Amino acid sequence: MINVDVIIIGAGPVGIFAVHQLGIKGLKAVVIDNLDKAGGQCIELYPEKPIYDIPAVPECTGEELTVRLLEQIKPFKTEFILNERVEEVKESNNNWEIKTSANKKFKAPNIIIAGGVGSFEPRKLSLKEAEKFEEKSVFYSVKNKEDFKNKNLSIFGGGDSALDWALELSKFSKVTLIHRRDEFRGAPHTLEEIKKLQSKGKLSIKTPCQLVSIEGDDTIKSISIKYDDGKIEKIQTDFILSFFGLIMKLGPIAEWGLNMDKKTINVNPENFETNKKGIFAAGDICNYPGKLKLILSGFHEVALASVECFKRARPNEKYRFEFTTSSKTIQDRLGKK
Amino acid sequence: MPKITYISHKGEKKTLNIEKGLTVMEGAVQNNVPGIDADCGGSMACATCHVYVSEKWFNKLPKAEDGEVDMIDMAYEPKKNSRLSCQLIITEELDGLEVTTPEKQS
Repeated sequence: MINVDVIIIGAGPVGIFAVHQLGIKGLKAVVIDNLDKAGGQCIELYPEKPIYDIPAVPECTGEELTVRLLEQIKPFKTEFILNERVEEVKESNNNWEIKTSANKKFKAPNIIIAGGVGSFEPRKLSLKEAEKFEEKSVFYSVKNKEDFKNKNLSIFGGGDSALDWALELSKFSKVTLIHRRDEFRGAPHTLEEIKKLQSKGKLSIKTPCQLVSIEGDDTIKSISIKYDDGKIEKIQTDFILSFFGLIMKLGPIAEWGLNMDKKTINVNPENFETNKKGIFAAGDICNYPGKLKLILSGFHEVALASVECFKRARPNEKYRFEFTTSSKTIQDRLGKK
Repeated sequence: MPKITYISHKGEKKTLNIEKGLTVMEGAVQNNVPGIDADCGGSMACATCHVYVSEKWFNKLPKAEDGEVDMIDMAYEPKKNSRLSCQLIITEELDGLEVTTPEKQS
């Protein structure tokens, strides 16, 4: 069990800025996110799209915003627990204890939920029978490419992940790339390479078609795909790899006894506390009259929540409002001389 | 105000007057029409406001831009008449538009 002042759930822009607001108040946080990197929707959904409504930043992409925010919190040397989802939250002596999907445990008087629309998970194949082959013959990510050596692979998808893996795995396996339309969307260089391999007969491309059935008992033997014109083709397959991006799932948050409104958590707009003392919600996941789902609103929300967090984490100290321009204490915490 | 009809995958119809300028997605979310999740809030980043548009109306809609078509690749059971309802802005010309929501969004 690791003790901190605040457990932040969600490493999106709002979760990252929470570290800053807590850090300048001298509070130690830990950030937990189900993705493999910080940035949340900014990095996963629109890393290259420009954002135009960050105050004093006329234009920056989702990725740039993330990089700058991470730069801003560097002085606080905060630990990020990535690839893990918070599964359990329980109360213990006016504190909160949480457990992650990898069984890591943290304890703190405060939790800030900055979880956006929930945690990102791979979008699964819509075909029902795909489920029983999951992690045996059907995969939504490649952990170790050696597992796919010298096999018949059917890869689904039309974006970068599908193309990159088709290219990589075709080096030592028989790859069929299947997509619902003729156009692929990937880096021009990758597309060129794919076309080259196809013309050499080292990779086969099937479009426009979709998966209609999977044949096999314990493991897959073959799959059938259906072309737009109705023609059905059977493809000998050992493994299906499917890359249809990520979806957001609220997940266990819904079971923590918080007052919810659809997929959002009701908060008190004075301090962004939920109905549970010491559990706060900020950013897209919180809800109060007039709520706007803007990054800048999330920044404001964590600034206010951090004050209440301080009061709970340091009950014997008086909270003093300070400006970064004039406070020696804050400047020390930021490592400024 | 233009009338928009939302049809569930089971065939249940709900016709609503939606203000011009709103998107078909916003019209659904503001009126609690089930079947449209719109997780990303309309930034064309999630494909959970996916709808099917009947042929008669499909051709009257402004063509989908590349980003939308790419996103539809990610949708649940995309078809030739798939659109993202966050990209369909309601105008007088779309009065009477019918959209059908898929069995689920993710």
